[in-house]
Amino acid sequence: MTIKDSLVSVAEVYTFVIKFLKEALFPPYEGKEIVNQCYSIGFKSVFLITFTSFLAGIVFTKQSQPSLSTFGAESWLPSLVSQAVVRSLGPLITALICAGKVGSNIGAELGSMQVTEQIDAMEVSGTRPFSYLVVTRVMATTLMLPILVIYADVVALLGSYVMVHSFNSSSFLLFFNEVSSSITYLDIFSSLIKSAVFGFSIGIIGSYAGYHADKGTTGVGKAANTAVVASMISIFVIDLITLQVLNLIR
Amino acid sequence: MAATDSTEVSVKKRSNADNKVVEIRHLKKSFGDRVVLDDVNLDLYEKENLVILGRSGTGKSVLIKCMVGLLKPDAGDINVLGYNVPALTAEELNELRLKVGFSFQGSALYDSMTIRENLEFPLKRNLGIYDKSELDELVMTSLQEVGLEKSADLKPAELSGGMKKRVGIARTLILKPKIMLYDEPTAGLDPITSVEINELILEVRDKHNTASIIITHDISSARQTSDRIIALINGKNKLEGTFDELKKTDDPDLKLFFNY
Repeated sequence: MTIKDSLVSVAEVYTFVIKFLKEALFPPYEGKEIVNQCYSIGFKSVFLITFTSFLAGIVFTKQSQPSLSTFGAESWLPSLVSQAVVRSLGPLITALICAGKVGSNIGAELGSMQVTEQIDAMEVSGTRPFSYLVVTRVMATTLMLPILVIYADVVALLGSYVMVHSFNSSSFLLFFNEVSSSITYLDIFSSLIKSAVFGFSIGIIGSYAGYHADKGTTGVGKAANTAVVASMISIFVIDLITLQVLNLIR
Repeated sequence: MAATDSTEVSVKKRSNADNKVVEIRHLKKSFGDRVVLDDVNLDLYEKENLVILGRSGTGKSVLIKCMVGLLKPDAGDINVLGYNVPALTAEELNELRLKVGFSFQGSALYDSMTIRENLEFPLKRNLGIYDKSELDELVMTSLQEVGLEKSADLKPAELSGGMKKRVGIARTLILKPKIMLYDEPTAGLDPITSVEINELILEVRDKHNTASIIITHDISSARQTSDRIIALINGKNKLEGTFDELKKTDDPDLKLFFNY
């Protein structure tokens, strides 16, 4: 890909985002389809999020415990884990899982519709496919990611508690008190805002890749691949930017 | 028969210019360095079946995609039902698209929906019809017209190629268009199914009084469905006439079609 191609792509994504904002902000709204997409994107990711978050909570706690015990600071374990999970681990794991599962799904689905002229068919019958296909998916990912992140945080902390309990048999109430006293409203608020931005980028990149898929079956594969790779890169970039911004606020 | 760039055309043209529903003048379209349409001119009249005949890759599909604003021409005028297509806003384009039915080569049925949902989709989104009994009546009437009323609850993947074409046509007819555009309606079908689709195209014209443009490279389909044929060769509308007139042509490119 040349520099010119990259600049063209950036300009196209920009136009795509502007079109999204125009169609999302002004009626007619696609309430029913947004709810359908929320179910399909959110609810159907719950099992995977539960599994990965629980394991992440266990692994992070298990790996942190020896370092803290070296300094006699094992009691800080719930505090350390909770801050790591809420500020970074929960949003990051959830976003990466969704980039892989939801992003690829959006890219492949819209790509397949583009290749088989289904989007053109919607276009020529005047049914506003951009609003129906893109706006609904991007809204759903933007709305569902923060909810999934809250859920992932809770599950990861439960995994962490299982590990902490196995080290020192501490009670759930004590663990919960330590966790709640070490997390601030800013942590929660910034985590949710960041998650919504992650969701928006997953939705918009997946939709853009699918909507602009090349003709042919390779076009569908390429769209799914682009959706995942570009979403993952954007997630890390957004994470870095929000970290810098939050450091300034704190 | 005459070349269409001359002013005289010998085919049975309607004398009344008021019944012209499509007028295309000096249309040009290129993709990169490849010129696909090069100064194409055509007229379509009410209740007329106009066949655009040409080999694959000569810009036939590009021509009808320009007519509904799916592609933007590089130059030229496209007037459809009084709308100057290249200059339309998104809203105006949507308004026009409700009056023009487009049957795609690959049928383009929404594969995540059943046949019933495929037909309901434009009704709900364009006409705001959500009443179940009204939807049922419109869908079943449209499916009956194409002889597929028993397939309403099947998914597109469960249909044969000919059935998919029929559903595609039913889905466009449900909005009662004034003009039908058929992109390779018989491509990939066996000869018997092709004849059935051609008969359906004629039935649609007779029953709904639609004007149609039929894009094809199938000479038997052109014979069966056309009132008039335009031969599109190397991006130019080279010859125009009735099937019998064009059959007598000495043009080497077109002769191949009729002698094949």
